[in-house]
Amino acid sequence: MNSERLKVELAGLSLVSPTMLASGILGYSAETLKNVAENGAGAVVTKSVGLKPRSGYANPTVVHVACGLINAVGLPNPGIDEFTRDIKEAKAVLKVPLVASVYGFSAEEYMVVAEKAVEAGADAIELNVSCPHVKETGAEIGQNPNVLAEVVRKVKGAVDKPVFVKLSPNVADISEIAEAAVKAGADAITAINTVKAMAIDIETTRPILSNKRGGLSGPAIKPIAVRCVYDIYERVRVPIIGCGGVTSWQDAVEFMLAGASAVQIGTAVALKGPSIFRSVVRGIDAYLRKKGFRSVKEIVGLAHRS
Amino acid sequence: MSAWLIAANKHRATRILDAEVISPTVKTFTFKDKLCAKAKPGQFLMLWIPGVDEIPLSIYDVNREKGLISVAVKRVGEATKALHDMKTGDWIGVRGPFGNGFTFKGGKALLVGGGVGIAPLTFLAKELAVQKISRTVVVVGAKTGKELIFLDKLKRLCGEKNVLAATEDGSYGVKGLASTLTESVMTKEKFDAVYTCGPEPMTRVVLDCAERFGVYAEASLERIMRCAIGICGSCTIGGYRVCRDGPIFNINQLKSVKNEFGVWKRDFNGRRIPI
Repeated sequence: MNSERLKVELAGLSLVSPTMLASGILGYSAETLKNVAENGAGAVVTKSVGLKPRSGYANPTVVHVACGLINAVGLPNPGIDEFTRDIKEAKAVLKVPLVASVYGFSAEEYMVVAEKAVEAGADAIELNVSCPHVKETGAEIGQNPNVLAEVVRKVKGAVDKPVFVKLSPNVADISEIAEAAVKAGADAITAINTVKAMAIDIETTRPILSNKRGGLSGPAIKPIAVRCVYDIYERVRVPIIGCGGVTSWQDAVEFMLAGASAVQIGTAVALKGPSIFRSVVRGIDAYLRKKGFRSVKEIVGLAHRS
Repeated sequence: MSAWLIAANKHRATRILDAEVISPTVKTFTFKDKLCAKAKPGQFLMLWIPGVDEIPLSIYDVNREKGLISVAVKRVGEATKALHDMKTGDWIGVRGPFGNGFTFKGGKALLVGGGVGIAPLTFLAKELAVQKISRTVVVVGAKTGKELIFLDKLKRLCGEKNVLAATEDGSYGVKGLASTLTESVMTKEKFDAVYTCGPEPMTRVVLDCAERFGVYAEASLERIMRCAIGICGSCTIGGYRVCRDGPIFNINQLKSVKNEFGVWKRDFNGRRIPI
């Protein structure tokens, strides 16, 4: 699918379609990222990488619930020094922008990891300031506008590539946090990360996830995510990347009407495989044609006019 | 949205109905789960040991009428030790069955299992016996004779003479590696398909051997598993996800990942470690 209608400019990145692979999904190796891109994704985001290697939590790390998944994988990653090899390999085979998702336990760490990721070839950085299940790097940063601003400023001062900030819905007012990120220099906002959640097995009377609490993704959170995007669109002028439960082209269009310039797809890959991108991209294109839009940009935020 | 109703993905609690000691390090566990009892040979399930871990296990046997399923578990670490300590009546959790399973090719089949890797092949041998294929030969390998498992069952299914064993210390069968024995078996007889499961250095040699003899082959692969539904990326090899695109891969797929297969895999933190 190569249609002029679908092309978007996202904070300086050129995307062939307004779809991206969400962070945490299949994002280790060059081959899997390439596979996703070949299915039509306009950009791919790596798994979150930090300064040092992390093994993540013991299983169970993923629980399937009605209309979604709850996960607490615990940010497993080889650490940025090892991961630069994966970034370089991915860059060598990818024809679409590669966004490195970065987490840290301090503003300094975010900065160092982002610098190294850009040095290795990342086209943009997405700051994961919203992991709901790892202490000191999720809520503690993404729920506090001052701490978040400090992280964004540090990273922006160190890299010359676009910096996206992925926000948590587990806050009282997400648009306030988005505004703080943008004032500190964020080039785009990704909304949303997973929603804090839990599942308990009634026979053993135990929480199923080894970490007990996790983050809910999938269709169950889509309406929450659409509302968050709508709220953020009213407050900030940078592009918004919608994320949360996109399973069909209709979902993608809904996010864009709410104000998203592009959408990320994650959980749906489990159900439909990487070809989900192909069907979403085709569906958006057919919708634009049918409705008489010349560019996907024309529908961004359209719901705000009514 | 109906995909969200895929029952196999959902966690079910069930009780251990039977635990049997097979060897000094291997036990089988039997429990009721209607969905897993429909599994095909080569598929796997995720077994939750409450409060400890959740581990991928290939399926050793099913009883479709009674909805029973058995897995063979080797004691190798904390999770499998905790499972070995569990008793009949204890609760476990199950998800699955997951993955693709072996492909039936008909004609003459050669099964090569190393260690506890013989478990899914024993399930395959049972299915092949039902399908009445002309001949199934099994090569079983282990470090010592005591660790050779399911020999009697395999002999019952495939015929006494068709089950060949190799042990590294020579305490049973041929002294040496199962892969070496496989090579000599393939030199003497032409098979239509080779199926293998076990340590990757062994399966790699078996696949290379099949390629030399121009025989179709499939290997069951093991990688770190987390989600088991194809999204976390923990189990990738090349562009494949072992949980969804595997765990059974054919000779052509494995040729395309020859720089990884039997060479390196990812650790829990995603770092590459040699095999």
